[in-house]
Amino acid sequence: MRSPITAGLCTLLLLAILIELVIMAGLISPFVIPLPSRVVLAVGKLWTAEDLPLAFGITLAEAAVAVALATAVAVPAGYVMWRLPVLGAAYRPWLGALFAAPTVLLYPLFLVLFGRSHTTVVAMGALTAAIPITLHVLDGLTGVSRTLENVGRSFNVTGGQLFWKIQLPAAAPTIFVGLRLGLIYGLVNVIGIEFLIVYGGLGRVVSSMYDNYEFPGMYAAIIFIVLIAFLLFWVLEHGEKASRTF
Amino acid sequence: MGASRPFAVTLVRIATLVIVLSAWEALARSGLVYQDVVPPLASIAGAAINILLDPTFYYDAAVTIGEIVGGYALSVVAGVGVGLLFGLQPFVRAAFIPYVNALATTPKIIFLPIVMLAFGVGPASKVALGAFAGFFPVVLSTSAGVLQVDPTLVKVARSYNLTTWQTIRKVHLPAMRVPIVTGMRLGLGVAVIAVLLAEIKFSNAGLGFLAIDFYDHFEIASLYATLLIIFFLAAAVNSGMSRLERSLQR
Repeated sequence: MRSPITAGLCTLLLLAILIELVIMAGLISPFVIPLPSRVVLAVGKLWTAEDLPLAFGITLAEAAVAVALATAVAVPAGYVMWRLPVLGAAYRPWLGALFAAPTVLLYPLFLVLFGRSHTTVVAMGALTAAIPITLHVLDGLTGVSRTLENVGRSFNVTGGQLFWKIQLPAAAPTIFVGLRLGLIYGLVNVIGIEFLIVYGGLGRVVSSMYDNYEFPGMYAAIIFIVLIAFLLFWVLEHGEKASRTF
Repeated sequence: MGASRPFAVTLVRIATLVIVLSAWEALARSGLVYQDVVPPLASIAGAAINILLDPTFYYDAAVTIGEIVGGYALSVVAGVGVGLLFGLQPFVRAAFIPYVNALATTPKIIFLPIVMLAFGVGPASKVALGAFAGFFPVVLSTSAGVLQVDPTLVKVARSYNLTTWQTIRKVHLPAMRVPIVTGMRLGLGVAVIAVLLAEIKFSNAGLGFLAIDFYDHFEIASLYATLLIIFFLAAAVNSGMSRLERSLQR
């Protein structure tokens, strides 16, 4: 077994078989961990009875709206803080503290304001996505090399040209890191809030499966979400590598 | 100019706070929204004082702190151990790091039903979820830290015929203290979030339970006050870990 990927997959498969045997032997209750074979079979039921594709679509749509809203607010906010350094100096530490703080815990406030609705899910996703995007737009533009700007000025470029041709392209890698973080935070929080308020897409499916004692389906839904995260991580990592080759 | 800049920054901050708080108070008193949904600031401050004077708060805080400490301790031990294994065994790392990355990106709260099936509704399930959530930043940071250790140091250890365990203890761990502490800071942050969210979702004690209990009884001012207290406590813990991290980097 030379390939580590094959080794990883085989280990997972062996683990699933071992769990199946241990449960069949009665060492673990099937109400704690359902038989892996039943989890696989539950995918079909999840697909039809719970309309998994629709739930996935709802989650994606909520995350897309949340990240779009966050970007629409955060990019101009980061830009303004860069153009007006007093604002940048005043708000940068606050934003840094907010980024590290458990913002998601404030979700009951949104629940009070908007009820159990898509608005609450989107608002929480947007709030958590906006913070890293604002920070990275500000840091990206602030970190542009003075030498690059001076070269531009020596060519007598206008303020607009300096921004579009030099400052923005130089800040772009950092801004993209912010957008990537914003996307991850937005999606993670959308699913998390869906689970917590039992509303919306994939997160709601996990919670309602648990509430209905449909444990194989619940495990299948959780594995589906992990696969989505796996795919998102892979796409973002390879997207970043591909963008570096340009 | 140099002297006026900090003054201007302070002025902007004060002005922002005044504007936000005035806007809140105006909204609360405007009648545009149901007053209980946006309570006046005095009500929130009064509720915060009542909560802090109530012994129940300290019992719930003790439960939450216990769950966080238990979960976090497990996550650090397991995270550093597995991180070292990943760092020292490239094949194992390549085989399993994709799964660790995927799980690290997944919202941990969705695993709450699984840990509740295994450990019940009490503190044990919160400890387990905190341990699970905190594990990933620690393992990722530790395994990345092993790769950054100067190979010369490892060669010197080998030339002295140090055993693997001695090399880990005398070379790797001291050389990796910064990435490990970074992972521990991030791990503590997510462990705190996981424990509190789990308490909010299903529990019968703890600060998260206190908050959602106020919500269920529509005591909104107390809910806001509790969330603000939790938020600032969690931010203070994070700030303490950041200071520790910075002091190690010097």
